Amino acid sequence: MAEVLVLVDHVEGKVRKTTSELLTIARRLGEPSAVFVGSGFDAAKETLARFGAEKIYRVESPEVLEHLVVPQAELLAQLVSSASPAAVLVPSSPEGKEIAARLAVKTESGLITDAVDVQAADGGVATTQSVFAGSYTVSATVTKGTPIVAVKPNSATPEEVAGAAADEVVDFTPSDAAKGAKITESKPKQATGRPELTEAAIVVSGGRGTGGDFSKVEEFADSLGAAVGASRAAVDAGWYPHTSQVGQTGKQVSPQLYVACGISGAIQHRAGMQTSKTIVAVNKDNEAPIFELVDFGVVGDLFTVLPQATEAITAAKD
Amino acid sequence: MNIVVCVKYVPDAQAERTFNASDNTTDRENVDGLLSELDEYAVEEALKIVEAGEGEVTVLTVGPDAAADAIKKALQMGADKGVHVNDAAIHGSDAIATSLVLAEAIKKIGDVDLVVTGMASTDGTMGVVPAMLAERLGLPAVTFASELSVEGTTATIRRDGDASTQTITATLPALVSVTDQINEPRYPSFKGIMAAKKKPVEQWSLADLGVDATQVGLDAAWTKVESFAARPPRSQGEIVADEGDGGSKLAAFLTERKFV
Repeated sequence: MAEVLVLVDHVEGKVRKTTSELLTIARRLGEPSAVFVGSGFDAAKETLARFGAEKIYRVESPEVLEHLVVPQAELLAQLVSSASPAAVLVPSSPEGKEIAARLAVKTESGLITDAVDVQAADGGVATTQSVFAGSYTVSATVTKGTPIVAVKPNSATPEEVAGAAADEVVDFTPSDAAKGAKITESKPKQATGRPELTEAAIVVSGGRGTGGDFSKVEEFADSLGAAVGASRAAVDAGWYPHTSQVGQTGKQVSPQLYVACGISGAIQHRAGMQTSKTIVAVNKDNEAPIFELVDFGVVGDLFTVLPQATEAITAAKD
Repeated sequence: MNIVVCVKYVPDAQAERTFNASDNTTDRENVDGLLSELDEYAVEEALKIVEAGEGEVTVLTVGPDAAADAIKKALQMGADKGVHVNDAAIHGSDAIATSLVLAEAIKKIGDVDLVVTGMASTDGTMGVVPAMLAERLGLPAVTFASELSVEGTTATIRRDGDASTQTITATLPALVSVTDQINEPRYPSFKGIMAAKKKPVEQWSLADLGVDATQVGLDAAWTKVESFAARPPRSQGEIVADEGDGGSKLAAFLTERKFV
């Protein structure tokens, strides 16, 4: 069976959930081979083996990560050439998509991004994407080269299947051209302790209706173990960081539950959340378009509704 | 400083966007189009760089006749000249072919120090063309810039990621893609609108670029849309007015659905 390359997304060896999802999808298409770049290999190996990696290609040169994505695209191109995989899977993050884009040009291969499902099909892969602000679903196939697919978080339920995880150190040197861009400074953000927005099962977002005070939104989110998002209006007003923005120009999320608080539901916002399984809204304006989408809605002030709900949920858990 | 800004003419996101049933391509005829909103930030950033120093901003698009509107808007904002690559054979091109046409056009424009793009289009939203273009041109790319400065032959950007904020430098010539956080795009002034009418816009075909028609278009695409389907509209669920118990009702709903 042919190998399927999975680019590992990790922080110092702590493997992100998206990678275990990709390994699970890879198993449908062939034998998963993880591609690991960076430090913390020993910690990562255990997780990769647990989710079925049969092989792990590794490169530990720090130089590879200093120069952004180009060396990683070169590395994958080298592996595509040497291993002739059935497909290459990367996370559909900005970085993953950039690597995939360069890899597609290098290997003359078709690229599909933002896939929410990937299945084996006649001689290749068949993918599903959600397009036009979630108003259409599209099925696509790759017709040239090695299929390269960037897969969104939560597209598969990770399955634990022991893999051999045989590791192979790859002899790889980035080209000089790959060194044209360099990270000169990196300031880590303060961790919020909340789940990552695109990976979270529950997302609670605040908008204009918060008036800039996200405290009730955050307390409610914490009672549910949710990630916190924000509408563009709230981000543009400087109330919440852009990395938390849900919408067309921010993150597209598709959690089990999405709670919109004080968000009217303009198309720009809907583009980022309307494929969520269950949608709930709290808004003072009973004519807010968000209510057209909801499974449950409360017409009311979020500053009274949310604390009451938070209290009830916290009490129910005790 | 010669800057090329790549822009896209897209169906208005506020309208009912759909596909052509005959070939599964995006319907660009029956939906009003406009300059992709995310490209306005790229145009603005290029104008700011040139205004602070010297140089010229060329706005480049690949698209059908109507795409001239996207160039016009950028010229009204203040870009100096336009290049419109328009060829019937381009219809249905994927990101790969689009990046090929853009790359050849940029080579023909020649002597380019900086290529600026938006972070993604508002229709396809893949966000891969900037990286493909950089790959084809052999340029370093610094993407998702929320701040950009150019000094001498070095471009420096700030990128706000989930885990960290990074400072990234690249040596010119380079490609930079910008986010909607980088600036506030200007509205065309009356003077700008009048001036735009006199600005030159070159019309190029694939033959002008030396691109073979078989390398682009739907048949040359490396991916294929097999089918499309409108997502069934969501049916509205229960809406309650808060009469002092809205929060309790919300908690009860979430408990019933096993989210608690």
